[in-house]
Amino acid sequence: MTAFGALLRKDLRVELRTLRSLPAMALFAVSAFVIFRFGLDREQLSGELAAGVLVPTLLFAALLAINRLFVAEREEGGFDLVRLAPVDRTVLFAAKASALVIYLVVLELVAVPIFALFFLDSATGLLPFALVLLLADIGLAATGTLISTIATMSSARDLLAPLILLPLLIPLVIAAAGAGEHLLAADGPDYGRFGTWLGLLGLYDLIFLLVGYATFDFLLDD
Amino acid sequence: MIPLLALESSDRYVAGAYLVFLLLLLIYVAIMAAKLSRIQRELGSLAELADRSRPRGASHDVGEIHEREQEIGTVREQAQREEAAR
Amino acid sequence: MANALNSITLRRLAIATVAVMAAGYALAFFAAPEDADQGFIQKIFYLHVPLATVALCGWIVAAIHAIRHLRTGDPKHDARAYVSIHISVIFGLAVLLTGAIWAKGAWGVWWEWKEPTLVSFLIVFLLYATYYPLRYAIEDRDRQARYASVFAITAGAFVPLNFLAVRLAQPLIHPRTFSSAGGLPDSMLWPFLVCLVGMALLWTTLVWFELDSKAASGNLKRIRRALEATA
Repeated sequence: MTAFGALLRKDLRVELRTLRSLPAMALFAVSAFVIFRFGLDREQLSGELAAGVLVPTLLFAALLAINRLFVAEREEGGFDLVRLAPVDRTVLFAAKASALVIYLVVLELVAVPIFALFFLDSATGLLPFALVLLLADIGLAATGTLISTIATMSSARDLLAPLILLPLLIPLVIAAAGAGEHLLAADGPDYGRFGTWLGLLGLYDLIFLLVGYATFDFLLDD
Repeated sequence: MIPLLALESSDRYVAGAYLVFLLLLLIYVAIMAAKLSRIQRELGSLAELADRSRPRGASHDVGEIHEREQEIGTVREQAQREEAAR
Repeated sequence: MANALNSITLRRLAIATVAVMAAGYALAFFAAPEDADQGFIQKIFYLHVPLATVALCGWIVAAIHAIRHLRTGDPKHDARAYVSIHISVIFGLAVLLTGAIWAKGAWGVWWEWKEPTLVSFLIVFLLYATYYPLRYAIEDRDRQARYASVFAITAGAFVPLNFLAVRLAQPLIHPRTFSSAGGLPDSMLWPFLVCLVGMALLWTTLVWFELDSKAASGNLKRIRRALEATA
C-alpha cells in the first residue's frame, strides 16, 4: 500500500510540475468541440448526437494521456527501479491505472462543463452521466495502462497504442454513448436501460482489471 | 419476371460466396508455396555448404576416416606395383 | 489442441478434412431443403456460420495457448497461439466477405449495421489485425512472445464481452436476422453440423501445416548456424 501511494504520488507530482498531459488533453477536447460545431454545423446538440460528440472526443483526448503514461519510465529508467525494488510489480499497474483515472476525471471536470456550455440546453442529465463516465474511466485506465506498457516497450510506440486500443475500447463507447443518448435527450434525462449500461461498464472494468492484474507482471520481466 | 430475376441473382451470390472462400484458400496455398520454395532454396544452399566444408575440416567423422584408409590403401598398392615393376 | 492430436499425422488430418468437408457441402446442397423464407441464398449459411464459429473458437484457443506460454515460458505455446490467431484472421476475412455477399443477396446491401453478430465480428477482426504490427514492433524474441501472449489473453477476454456489448446496442425488439443453429429443423441442422466439423478440421489442418512449416524454417536456421560455426 505504501509503495502504491509513493508511486501514485510521484506520478501526480511530476504531472503537476511539468504539466505534460492534462493541459494538452483539455485543449484537444475544446478544439475538437469547436471542430464539431463547424463540422456538424449545429449550435445545439442533444440525444445521440450529443453523446456521439462528447464520448469519442473524451476517448481521443484520453489516448493522448495513455501515449505519455510511461514516457518518464522509459526515458529515465523507472522500469528498472520498479524491477529492483522489493515490491510486487502489479503495484505499478495499480498506481499507473489510478493516475490515469485521476487525469481522466480532471479532464472531464474541465471538458464536460465546456461541452454543456457550448451545446446543451439543460444540464440535468450530466449528474447521472458522471457515474457512467467514471465507470468508463476505470475501464479505459485498465486497458490503457496495459496496452500503453506494451506500446512503450515496442519500436512503434505512439502508433501502436491507439491502433490496439481503438477496437478494444468500442464496448466502452457503446455503453457510454448508449447511456448518454438517453440522459442527454432534448426532453430531459430518460433512465431507460441506464442499469444495463452501468452493468456492461462494470463488467468491462472487472474483466480488464483482472486481466491487467494477472498479466502485468510478464510485461516487466526482462 | 421479377421472381425469376431474384432467383438468378441469389444463385450468383451463393456461387460468389463459395468462390471467395475458395480464392482465399488458394491465396493461402500460394503463400505457403512461396514459403516452401524459400525453405527449399535454403536447404539447397545448406547442402552446398555442407559439401564444401567436409573435405577441409579435420573432424573425426567415420566417412572421412574410411576415405583416408582408402587413400592410404591406394598409395600402398601403387608403391607395391612400382616395386614389382622394378 | 495440437497436443491432444499429437498421434495423428498431418496427412491423415488433411484426408479427414477433405472427406468431411465434401460430405458436409454435398449434404448442404443436395440433402438439405431450401429455406422457406430466404430461398437458395440461405446456402451461404453453411459456409459463413461455420467459418465464424471456428474463427472465434480459434481465437479462444489462442488465448489458452497464450496462458500456457506465460505459465511455462515454453516458446512452443507462443508459436501455437501465433498460428491460431493467424489462421483465425484468415477465416475472419472470409467471414466478413461471405457475410457481405449474403447481406447483398438477402437484403440488397453490402453491409448491414443492424446485424449485431456481423458488426461484433468486424470489431474483433480489427482488434486481431493489430496483432501483426504488435509482433513486428518488438525485436527481442522473448519479449515479443510474452507481449504477444498478453495481447492474446486480453483479446480473448474481449471477444465475448464485445459480442454482449454490440448485442445490447441493438434496440431490444430488433428481429434476429441470421437464425442461430438452435432454431434449425433437423434436416438443416445435420448438414450444418457436418460442415462445422469439416471447417474445424480445416482450421486444425492449416494450423498444423503452418506450425510444421515454421518448425522447418526454424530448424534450417539452426543447422545453418551450426554449419557456419564449424566451417
